[in-house]
Amino acid sequence: MHNPQLNRKGELQHLLTLDGLPAAILKQILDIAEPFTEVAEREVKKLPLLRGKSVFNVFFENSTRTRTTFEIAAKRLSADVINLNVATSSTNKGETLLDTIDNLCAMGADMFVVRHATSGAPYLIADHLRNTGREHISVVNAGDGRHAHPTQGLLDMYTIRHYKKDFSQLTVAIVGDVLHSRVARSEIAALATLGVPEIRVIAPKTLLPTNVERMGVHVYHDMREGLKGVDVVMMLRLQNERMQGALLPSSQEYFKCYGLTQEKLELAKPDAIVLHPGPMNRGVEIDSAVADGKHAVILPQVTFGIAVRMAVMSMLAGQ
Amino acid sequence: MNLPDANLLRDQLVELIRPHLKPDTVFIGIHSGGAWVAEYLHQKLGVTTPLGTLDAAFYRDDYASRGLHKSRKSHIPVDIAGRDVILVDDVLYSGRTTRAALNELFDYGRPARVDLAVLVDRGGRQLPIAARFCAHTLAEPLADDVHLRLTRDEQGHFSLGVENA
Repeated sequence: MHNPQLNRKGELQHLLTLDGLPAAILKQILDIAEPFTEVAEREVKKLPLLRGKSVFNVFFENSTRTRTTFEIAAKRLSADVINLNVATSSTNKGETLLDTIDNLCAMGADMFVVRHATSGAPYLIADHLRNTGREHISVVNAGDGRHAHPTQGLLDMYTIRHYKKDFSQLTVAIVGDVLHSRVARSEIAALATLGVPEIRVIAPKTLLPTNVERMGVHVYHDMREGLKGVDVVMMLRLQNERMQGALLPSSQEYFKCYGLTQEKLELAKPDAIVLHPGPMNRGVEIDSAVADGKHAVILPQVTFGIAVRMAVMSMLAGQ
Repeated sequence: MNLPDANLLRDQLVELIRPHLKPDTVFIGIHSGGAWVAEYLHQKLGVTTPLGTLDAAFYRDDYASRGLHKSRKSHIPVDIAGRDVILVDDVLYSGRTTRAALNELFDYGRPARVDLAVLVDRGGRQLPIAARFCAHTLAEPLADDVHLRLTRDEQGHFSLGVENA
């Protein structure tokens, strides 16, 4: 099957999803990211790899952290970065997505970093670029609807590898609002590809997709059961803005059942690490004592995220 | 082809550098062969400032055509500002690696002076770059499709070999 992310030579051309991406490419991205972590310690925090390239951050949906880390990553690679907050722009005047893209291409874009509330929007853009003979322009998915958030999945994998080294020995639990989470889908796909033998999801029935077992995960509704003996706890944000209808009684009730507290974390392995993609809702999905505690690697995730995004962008621009 | 013994060359390089050494001279080797040579020089000359390594892959001018491959972390454990730096490589060829390494080096600070030390100059320069310390210059430049490589065995012995591209 043709993978729309790879070019004819099997190299990464766009980053749209981690689902179906070969393990060799996942590992290659993580390996390339490693030396980029050192750039932050230099007097001049810049490499010339993307000098003269224009990277357009096109965000059809609000995001501060993801956009900022993409912006820092592109700037550390010496690219010119143009931020478009399209949520407050021409689309409100009636312009279609592909018209917006065509206009940005006419301004000399070399790469698009796209966030969109509709699943599949980055695919549509990549297809459009291919069909119009503009294969040299790359697309990075920075989150599309409920579908995927591949760079978040990659930075989580980088963080896990940094602390745990060997994926083939791990038990990983993903906790929370899997239903609305594109992060969870990307995490599950990457963990499976990298050979994690036991992936658990812990959530109430109302916050799980109906076919979740088919993704190769074990489902737990009781958090205490699910956390037993795990090496890695990946918390998800409770996505209040995506909730429609009464999926939960209240956030207090949710915290009681599915909030990560010190006491529940003690059921995991003594050296377990806790990840969270941010922004955190303290006292809803995670207790402050855990978020600031010694198991949390939430701030290193942010730092690694810049190196991982640098790796992705420099791979795409160098093909 | 008759190649010189790299173990003799490295000792000659030690003696070439010795008269010019300052107490705070910093040695920086370019991955991977240059890092081995730098390690040897650093030890034989009894240098006390920590040894640095560079992987100039991110600064190369052929990135657009060759793409990006796995590289190693650069590691400069001392402040190079105002110091003498000796940049060490195994083989000097086009000069492009040296150019990339110089660019990277200056992103860490402004050294007082930078010199280049190499085991072998194989000719074929494409940039105005010369080594101040060079243990051996090949009588005839090598053809473009020949790779001259340094290897290091488990006992730490060096040897030079050629491969056809």
